[in-house]
Amino acid sequence: MEKSGSVDSVESLCSSTTTRSDRSSGTRVSDTELRSKGRAIEKVLQCKYTSKGELPLLPEELVQDSAKDVTYICPFVGPVRGSLTVTNYRLFFRCTDREPVFGLDLPLGVLSRVEKIGAATSRGDVSYGLACKDMRNLRFVHKEPEDSLKKSVFEVLMKFAFPVSNNMSLFAFEYKQVFPENGWRVYDPLAEYKRQGLPKESWRISKVNDHYELCDSYPAALVVPVTITDEELRRISSFRAKGRIPVLSWIHPESQAAVVRASQPMVGQNGRRCKEDEKLLQAIMDANAQSHKIFIFDARPSVNAAANKMKGGGYESEDAYQNAELVFLDIHNIHVMRESQRKLKEVVYPNIEDSHWLSNLESTHWLEHIKLILAGALRIADKVESGKTSVVVHCSDGWDRTPQLTSLALIMLDSHYRTIRGFQILLEKEWLSFGHRFQQRVGHGDKNHTDADRSPIFLQFIDCVWQMTRQFPAAFEFNEYFLITILDQLYSCLFGTFLCNSEQQRLKEEVPKHTVSLWSFVNSQLEEFVNPLYVHYPSHVLFPTVGIRHLQLWVTYYIRWNPRMRPQEPVHQRYKELLAKRAELQKRVEELQREAANRTASSSSERAGSPTRSITPVQTFV
Amino acid sequence: MLSLGSVGAKSTKPSFVSYVTPEEIKLEKEPPKIEKHPDLLPGEVEFCCANPILKYTQDDMSQRGIFGTLFCTNFRVTFISDEKSQEETTKTFKNKLYGENDIPLMCVDHIYGVYDEKKKLITGGLVKNKYPSKMIIHCKDLRVFQFCLTFTKEEDAKKIFQGIAHHCLEERSLKCVFAFSYSGTPSPEMQRKWETILFDSPEDWTQEMKRTRANCRLVTENENFELSQRLPKYFVIPSALGDLFSYQGKGFPIWCWSHHSGCALFKASLPPVTQEDGDFQKHLDIMLNAVAHNYLYSAKTEDLSESLPTIQDIQQSYNKFKQFFLIENSTDFWLSDVKWFSSLESSGWLDIIRQCLQKAVEVVECLEKDNTNVLITEEEGTDLCCVISSLVQIMLDPYYRTLMGFQSLVQKEWVAGCHAFLDRCNHLHQKDKECHSPVFLLFLECVWQLVQQHSPAFQFSETYLTVLSDSVDVPVFSTFLFNSAHHRESVMKAESPLAQSSPLSCPTVWDWSVQFDSKAQNFFFNPLYSEKVKHEKAVRKAHKPKHQRQLSLPSTAFKPPSKKGFFKDETDSLKKILRVKRLSRWMGSPDSPAATTRGFYESWKQRPLDYHGLLLPCLDGPAVRVWMQRYLRWIPEVHIMGGGSVAVMTKLMELLSQVQDLKRVLEQRDSSQAVKLDHRPYIQHRLLSFGSSGRLSSSFPFAYSRNRSFKPIIPTGLMQSLMVTDSLASQEDEASSFVSLV
Repeated sequence: MEKSGSVDSVESLCSSTTTRSDRSSGTRVSDTELRSKGRAIEKVLQCKYTSKGELPLLPEELVQDSAKDVTYICPFVGPVRGSLTVTNYRLFFRCTDREPVFGLDLPLGVLSRVEKIGAATSRGDVSYGLACKDMRNLRFVHKEPEDSLKKSVFEVLMKFAFPVSNNMSLFAFEYKQVFPENGWRVYDPLAEYKRQGLPKESWRISKVNDHYELCDSYPAALVVPVTITDEELRRISSFRAKGRIPVLSWIHPESQAAVVRASQPMVGQNGRRCKEDEKLLQAIMDANAQSHKIFIFDARPSVNAAANKMKGGGYESEDAYQNAELVFLDIHNIHVMRESQRKLKEVVYPNIEDSHWLSNLESTHWLEHIKLILAGALRIADKVESGKTSVVVHCSDGWDRTPQLTSLALIMLDSHYRTIRGFQILLEKEWLSFGHRFQQRVGHGDKNHTDADRSPIFLQFIDCVWQMTRQFPAAFEFNEYFLITILDQLYSCLFGTFLCNSEQQRLKEEVPKHTVSLWSFVNSQLEEFVNPLYVHYPSHVLFPTVGIRHLQLWVTYYIRWNPRMRPQEPVHQRYKELLAKRAELQKRVEELQREAANRTASSSSERAGSPTRSITPVQTFV
Repeated sequence: MLSLGSVGAKSTKPSFVSYVTPEEIKLEKEPPKIEKHPDLLPGEVEFCCANPILKYTQDDMSQRGIFGTLFCTNFRVTFISDEKSQEETTKTFKNKLYGENDIPLMCVDHIYGVYDEKKKLITGGLVKNKYPSKMIIHCKDLRVFQFCLTFTKEEDAKKIFQGIAHHCLEERSLKCVFAFSYSGTPSPEMQRKWETILFDSPEDWTQEMKRTRANCRLVTENENFELSQRLPKYFVIPSALGDLFSYQGKGFPIWCWSHHSGCALFKASLPPVTQEDGDFQKHLDIMLNAVAHNYLYSAKTEDLSESLPTIQDIQQSYNKFKQFFLIENSTDFWLSDVKWFSSLESSGWLDIIRQCLQKAVEVVECLEKDNTNVLITEEEGTDLCCVISSLVQIMLDPYYRTLMGFQSLVQKEWVAGCHAFLDRCNHLHQKDKECHSPVFLLFLECVWQLVQQHSPAFQFSETYLTVLSDSVDVPVFSTFLFNSAHHRESVMKAESPLAQSSPLSCPTVWDWSVQFDSKAQNFFFNPLYSEKVKHEKAVRKAHKPKHQRQLSLPSTAFKPPSKKGFFKDETDSLKKILRVKRLSRWMGSPDSPAATTRGFYESWKQRPLDYHGLLLPCLDGPAVRVWMQRYLRWIPEVHIMGGGSVAVMTKLMELLSQVQDLKRVLEQRDSSQAVKLDHRPYIQHRLLSFGSSGRLSSSFPFAYSRNRSFKPIIPTGLMQSLMVTDSLASQEDEASSFVSLV
């Protein structure tokens, strides 16, 4: 590993950091800055041509093939001719016949499908369609090589776009960037439960799953009521789908109401019961002295939950579970969500039909699903916060809808998860350690684009978070760019963070050892991701409005490829400007004060005018 | 707590049943009989009152209420609670004329009565017979009030119901409008700061022509409305236009604004169509010729009534649209939430906004890119012409994006420009539905879209626009009360108590101190406004042109014909040649009007954005939005506690004030350098301390939520929202393998 070049490479990764040379030009926002900010969102982590026109590659990135005279059929500006380069990490297209220079730079990981469209034309031109996971489709036209033995650049592309299908390793395992911080150390479960203030008298951290024997999709560290023994946990694991037993996710610092997650109970048609499971839920309820009730939130529509009985699953009957109230949250399954995303892509890319935009958007049901997820999380948060009641959340397997709900509820309840590092911990904990099947749902490096296991579950969660940042613009430490970066890196396969399906698999593949964590990159340049409007209110609970009237389509993500929908962030820009100006003035004032104090040490009355004093305390949130 | 499972959802049904039964009321202690009276405005007279009346509160999703007295005066319907409400006293943004429980009579839109659990629209006929158990008032500012009349004495209930219905629904004469009784004294403080140009004197017009370097002629012949009663008192026409009296007061191309290149925008009403088509055509040609003469002999014209929706379409669409916001209870809210997007679309309101902005962009393109004079026409020339010409001016001229500039623009194009406010807003509840139309509101909506998209370019805030839209229906101001300048003058003269000496003076709406104290007026300013660098002020005083950006290409193809001393023949032949090329009836591609300006918009977008230059709206589907603040402010279900844009604004204002304070400290320190302080009108941002709260609701500064417990609003009837009928819904999550553990 080249340690010497590490600092430089961080800079090259984020080459478009806005540097402001002239801060004295008054409070106006410079227009060029606004623009560059808008573009910066796509630029970071992408390469720029050097003056010689060479492609600066990432460490271990190698050019595999390139071709001239490729035509990119841009849906916005029409056909563009240029050259195409394929590396083991990215596709790079640079136009040669257009000013200003136009380029495409995308990690191969975003490709979900590469296919030849139709047969070659009389001139030997072949059309290729590239479907991407990030809501766009690309189309290229290229002449087939005369020599039939020679591979076309697109065949090379197919090989490197789907390394898993071609028995190769993902680029994340090659990439050896060194960052100042090691992101793999962001999350320490014990430290996190300690931060939550886990009361030792009622909860314990069990080692029963230390070697993933109890449940291979769960983390090693599990928090359960003290009154339940490991033996009982083992028995419960055979009663819960995939052995995903009810364990603690979060505990309220005051009321000690707990958020507990699980998978569905294996009730079946005969109404099987498990007395240990019943005891566990009773113990969870007893651990919270404030309430004599427990709420079980089943994320599914009741019809689907009932249908699961046919297959051995089901839901808790209120007879078996005393004092428990079961609520269905009506969130649909991964297939419905995938279909909704497909429709959404149709509606937003490449062109938007202005006059039917709203009804088209409605027909995708995308925002309705978002509404249902947010509404579910809101009800959970309400029960915990206002009702001081412990809750158990599950869906079928407890790895899709369940993390959506628990992590959103946790963001509402605990301001720590609204900070940049807190959010990373939340993802590491609720999504990664509790086994959301990222590999299956995203299909990293897999050419099987029709795989029914793919579904935009994590995307929906990030969308919900985005909706909340819209409603509470000052409550989140991170900005929109942070969320977009997470989604882009989810697909890129540059970092190891989102690889594999579970903690156990990641350890087996030695992912932390061989890959770089996304958080290493993020935490090494935090200022890019900070929301300048952030105010830290430690005790505030956020209850978003889930009415569809207040939900918006995330235009700057879903429609970002359309040049007409340029993102505009004047509020943030202006705010940053003002922050900088204030810092500068503050410095001047301090300098002058020091000077004045030195000169006239005796006349104290003149020193420190009242305005300065009133300003200082506010410094804290900068 | 009610169970909110999907089981419960099935049984929910909209109802207007009062959840407080009379029996329950009896159990409570008798409401104390305290005689309470509203604080009357000068000139306000109380008509009738009733007690006890139960006013339902929408908060907390329940249908609880407060007891109090309902009054009807010559200005408003007002409800005074028996309990002391602390809200009123702590409000930072308080309207001095009417409070949260006051409905100015002109602001009443519809009244419904609930008879035997059935909701009926109250019209003249229903009033006579019997009074309803519950009265629902829909306001033009989208508030909804519900009063229960069953607790008061029958005769009182009847009286108050009939009184309110009479004063709010019956057709009446202009004389009865409260403005003519109101005798508030104008505050001297505001008079001083009065900078809005009213365009009611020849000087104002001369000044405006100078500012835009227009080369037109001021017409003073209509001073006594001898030319026409539909024309403004003073107006400006192309200098080439000859004899005025032959036009029968119609079909003048009236100058709106001049582009820095010299070309200008004109608007005109259409001359009456006589039997002979030839006359009409001849007249049009004369008009177009006169316009073309203004600059480079080029002109484009368009009849807006052909390409834009009619005022009836606008009215219909708005009627549909506003229904989605007049929410009476929580069940209604969640039911209508389901089909929200398609309902919005079916109203067509957003599409009308888009069409107007689109048309304005087309005109801007002609002026800016082609440097062509533009004449827009319309039957009366005072409806859509006003919308389009005002929008064009806002897009092209940064002066109109300042608060004073915007107010002057409204005066110039709408008030002095003779928009028929009285008829369009239906202030007198006339039965004739044909002439009602929210044209002015449509204009404000379009401006809001621009403000939303390019916030730093505007000195005023969306709150200002919302307040302005409300003020149209406050019957205190003369600004929006008349159909034309002539109408205004004649009524004002006749209604004056001292008819001989001086005409009556009502305050103009621009005297904001009548409604809000200076602290509240701070909310009118956009803290994000990026002001032009300092020296700009001096420039404005000297009336130098403000168009500094050179986007347009110099028109090299045609040399301007020198105005005088040309041989007549030569000019005529030149005209003929040019006419072929440059006199055109608009771009003749009705198939896709959006496509024509797309290139113009895109080339504009390529350039760095200059907030003091040309401003174009993005009109793509997702970019045209609902004016949330105006339409959602009274609906408790959508209030975001501790969130919304107010959180950003508060933060920004705080920061601005800190920057200003620091500047001041610096200047004090550095007294040798006598730099002038930054005297912004909103220098006291510091005063806007919001107490302990980062927890204002998103509806701030309008509705204050009484929802102090920060309870979340949980939707009901979720399953109804999403009927996924496909087979996908019933599929198993784990597609490949479901491990049965039985």
